[in-house]
Amino acid sequence: MRTIHADIIAKAVKEMVIKANTDLGADVVAAFEKGLKDEASPVGQAVFKTLIKNAEIAATEQAPICQDTGMAVFFVELGQDVHIEGALLQEAIDEGVRQGYAEGYLRKSICDPFTRVNTKDNTPSVVLVEMVKGDKLKITAAPKGGGSENMSRLTMLAPSAGKKGIVDFVVKRCEEAGSNPCPPVIVGVGIGGSAEKCMTNAKKALLRKIGAPNPDKELAELEAEMLEKINALGMGPQGLGGLVYAMAVHIEKHPCHIASLPVAVNICCHASRHKEATL
Amino acid sequence: MADLIKLTTPLDDAAVAQLKAGDQVSISGVLYTARDVAHKRLVDTLDAGKPLPFDMTGQVIYYVGPSPAKPGQVIGSAGPTTSYRMDLYAERLMEVGMKGMIGKGMRDKKVVDAMKKHKCVYFAAIGGAAALIARSIKAAEVIAYDDLGPEAVRRLVVEDFRAVVINDVNGNDLYEIGKAQYRKAK
Repeated sequence: MRTIHADIIAKAVKEMVIKANTDLGADVVAAFEKGLKDEASPVGQAVFKTLIKNAEIAATEQAPICQDTGMAVFFVELGQDVHIEGALLQEAIDEGVRQGYAEGYLRKSICDPFTRVNTKDNTPSVVLVEMVKGDKLKITAAPKGGGSENMSRLTMLAPSAGKKGIVDFVVKRCEEAGSNPCPPVIVGVGIGGSAEKCMTNAKKALLRKIGAPNPDKELAELEAEMLEKINALGMGPQGLGGLVYAMAVHIEKHPCHIASLPVAVNICCHASRHKEATL
Repeated sequence: MADLIKLTTPLDDAAVAQLKAGDQVSISGVLYTARDVAHKRLVDTLDAGKPLPFDMTGQVIYYVGPSPAKPGQVIGSAGPTTSYRMDLYAERLMEVGMKGMIGKGMRDKKVVDAMKKHKCVYFAAIGGAAALIARSIKAAEVIAYDDLGPEAVRRLVVEDFRAVVINDVNGNDLYEIGKAQYRKAK
């Protein structure tokens, strides 16, 4: 049994949320460079150039890439041999969020759903825990903006809908989302599981490095098919017309009930912000 | 790409009428910020027969909730938020003189029709290019609803604020035009 103090977790979370919101990952910037080459529309090319410049400014000035620094979502892999002392895991992570969003001059965007009164410190965060072997604690910060999150959808297809039904749903969802989720986007897709597992997987799929192939060949082919069909709609960067609306489609699959074929879409804007730490 | 059209706010009917969907614009002057809750309050104020916190005549509303300014900064990162959430309130503000809206994303047909009727344009700024956009904001001051934090109404002074015309006063829509041009799907 290994003990990790809540203060250590809070400190790591504080640093991660600031870094995630100001320093865009190399894979995302590389995807912008690729998008610039692939895009035929002059307006779309200009969008990619602007996003590259914006990422440079944000990293240099330690400024938020986007003013919407998101709801603070965390994927946690908690080793079974870890004992956390000093606070609950949720409290430790929330403390890190509180400190990071204050010290990093990040926007506090969390409010009561009815009164719309802001909690003023961007808590509570959303903490998704998976128990794993070992004595390590791995935390991935994945702040998510409201504009792209609002475009999420879940459907429970009949099993007879099959792969075609899945592809049609995902492509239609992107067409309906249009310019709203700040394209060029990454499309996270959950297939199978229960309703909530499916949506969690759609979001988890966004953690994969852009352009990294899906290790499952069948899913890799499905991702390629969806990407081609989504981009064939012609919506392009920012929805202004062009060839690159989506930079990638990422799928996570899970077994499901014999009566069900759940499909979830969780779209990520071009500010695909993830940072991880292992304690 | 088309030439850059320079606009100075506030806008009048003539300035608005010359703009076409797809025009790239550079805006200088004053913009007022408002998003979800602020819009509700503005419309509630009008419905109660009371005066707005600022004169809406000719004004351009920027849908934005900026990040906090660091010491020495005018404003934090400040890109556009998604516009459809303001669709419910847009026509009411056009009735009292609003001439432009800046955001991102598609508008409801009712809003596009109202824009034709009231001579108002809808611009998009590049969503997510927030650190860059902040450089065109030279002054920022909260003038109403301070309790809303990032959603408070701010008076911004901008120079060379870049945007593109999405919907003009003739009902054209750049999202539709652009998509049709590059569409390969049947």
